[in-house]
Amino acid sequence: MAKSNKPIFWSLFAAGGTLAAFLAPALVLLFLLAALGHAPGLLSYAQLHAFAAHWLGKLFLLAVITLFLWHAAHRLRVTLHDFGLRQDPIVAVVVYLVAAAGTALSVLYLLRI
Amino acid sequence: MSRKPFVREVSKTRWYFKHPRYLRYMSREVTCVFIGAFALLLLCAVERLSQGQAAYESFLAALKGPWSALGLLIVLIFAVHNTTSWFNVTPKAMPVQMGEEFLPGKFIVAAHYAVWILASLVVLFFAGVL
Repeated sequence: MAKSNKPIFWSLFAAGGTLAAFLAPALVLLFLLAALGHAPGLLSYAQLHAFAAHWLGKLFLLAVITLFLWHAAHRLRVTLHDFGLRQDPIVAVVVYLVAAAGTALSVLYLLRI
Repeated sequence: MSRKPFVREVSKTRWYFKHPRYLRYMSREVTCVFIGAFALLLLCAVERLSQGQAAYESFLAALKGPWSALGLLIVLIFAVHNTTSWFNVTPKAMPVQMGEEFLPGKFIVAAHYAVWILASLVVLFFAGVL
């Protein structure tokens, strides 16, 4: 049987894309409102800290950040090829390293809350 | 040596301007840049949140302004584009068979849109917007 790591990255891509499809527009809208000076209650320090202090909130934030990152990394790898950058071995290492670093950092930050 | 070597006339960097269909494909693919950028913004928010109230509130203050609003509006447009393009191919990605027939694709797409609207309302309600 041929060995390939494609299914791992592809399933992370698909999971992240599905989660982003359902949640990203509403989540972006919360930050857009904050940029316009009408920050929603959840984005206040007290509420967001209470949300992230609970393990369910941590799990939600971890899932959103890491799956969005792995989704973007995998799709960016393919898209850079489409834009004419024919260096897939290097591109793959760079985008997946960024996603892995983001995953590690989000775990670190969430554990500190 | 072939006397008529194959010459590829397609540009590697500008091929997607040749046909609207290619441009639509690329517009769907570049949504990942904006989803990734938003994930990094969330990561930044969580980092500041872990550093305490002053750090987080200076992050919120830095976020306020017309340029970040414009940037987030563009992110929002691409996020919606990711959603619609993702859901519009769901009948192909996961066809539902009922007996001999396949469930018409429009029902699968409509179900995803319904759940999307519901999930968005839950997020907005939970965040205190609604």
